[in-house]
Amino acid sequence: MSDPSRIRAQAQGSGAVVRVLMNHEMETGQRKDAAGQVVPAWHITEVTAALNGKPVLTAQWGTAIAKNPFTEFVVKGAKAGDKITVAWLDNRGERRSDEAVIA
Amino acid sequence: MTLLRRALVATALAASAGAHAQTSTAEGIAQYRALLADGNPAELWEAKGEALWKQRRGPKDASLESCDLGQGAGVVKGAFVRLPRWFSDTRRVQDLESRLLTCMQVQQGLDAAAIAATPFGQGEQVTLEALVAFVAAESRGMKFALPQTHPEERRMREIGRQVFFYRGGPYDFACASCHGEAGKRIRLQELPHLSVNPGDGVGIAAWPAYRVSSGELWSFQRRLNDCYRQQRFPYPGYASDATIALGAYLGSQADGAVSSAPAIKR
Repeated sequence: MSDPSRIRAQAQGSGAVVRVLMNHEMETGQRKDAAGQVVPAWHITEVTAALNGKPVLTAQWGTAIAKNPFTEFVVKGAKAGDKITVAWLDNRGERRSDEAVIA
Repeated sequence: MTLLRRALVATALAASAGAHAQTSTAEGIAQYRALLADGNPAELWEAKGEALWKQRRGPKDASLESCDLGQGAGVVKGAFVRLPRWFSDTRRVQDLESRLLTCMQVQQGLDAAAIAATPFGQGEQVTLEALVAFVAAESRGMKFALPQTHPEERRMREIGRQVFFYRGGPYDFACASCHGEAGKRIRLQELPHLSVNPGDGVGIAAWPAYRVSSGELWSFQRRLNDCYRQQRFPYPGYASDATIALGAYLGSQADGAVSSAPAIKR
């Protein structure tokens, strides 16, 4: 099982700012290891966010995203106490979903 | 006369343009760091470390919650900015990492010598990375205040000072070659001046840190280890007395400096 993401969600104006740190190797498939073997690509392909279960964001990610990625977005109409869920899917089919309550 | 004045003005302009280019490079790097700091992945290690601190592990199936980092059993807050210090139970001056090794051995029954011999980023060294991130983060914003009352603490600081200025190896290098005066840099990285107080969040007050280039969290021991590699010295032993002495010297030099560890580095 992968390590949890860190989510900080804060109500601001008429919405909420969500900051997410994810735990992922994000291998591009272009590196070689010490033995000269190609390190296979292993990265997040899709990120989704939901507000109280309703999808608010879908992003397609690839090899250009950094290791342990950080992402920030604004959800309009979100208020303190709402539940934000952020999930990712990687090219190995692994999934991870974490949630936080908007402060 | 006019010609001379013009020449002077031109020189002054050239000088200020040079100075301007230099400041904007430094400013650019500072800006880049500020942008990264908001999403510092060191936070991921802090979270892992906190979980590991509380988790029952090792042959003795115990957590580290009874570990004494110098502020009493189980007290984490404020420990980081007061290490290295004298510990009466081990009768040694210890830094954070050597103290964690002691706790992992005494509390959890793990083999400290085997962990010290493990390469960085493998096995239990991964545990240590997370633990140092957690312990350091608990003292973020606090001021360095290493105790200097025990004679051994003063002796280690003095040894550390000697290690800092000790020149040797194929390059005839010392820590002081790079960190002994102000305004030095390697490529675009400004080097902290460590033989004086480097100020808030610089030098020892910034490590452990997340290295963006490698995507890893580097402890202070790993930072020192890589400094020795760059000097082409033999690697110092992990948590060895020489590295603890250096920590005691650098920590006492930074007295009163605010800790920003775990920081984020290029």
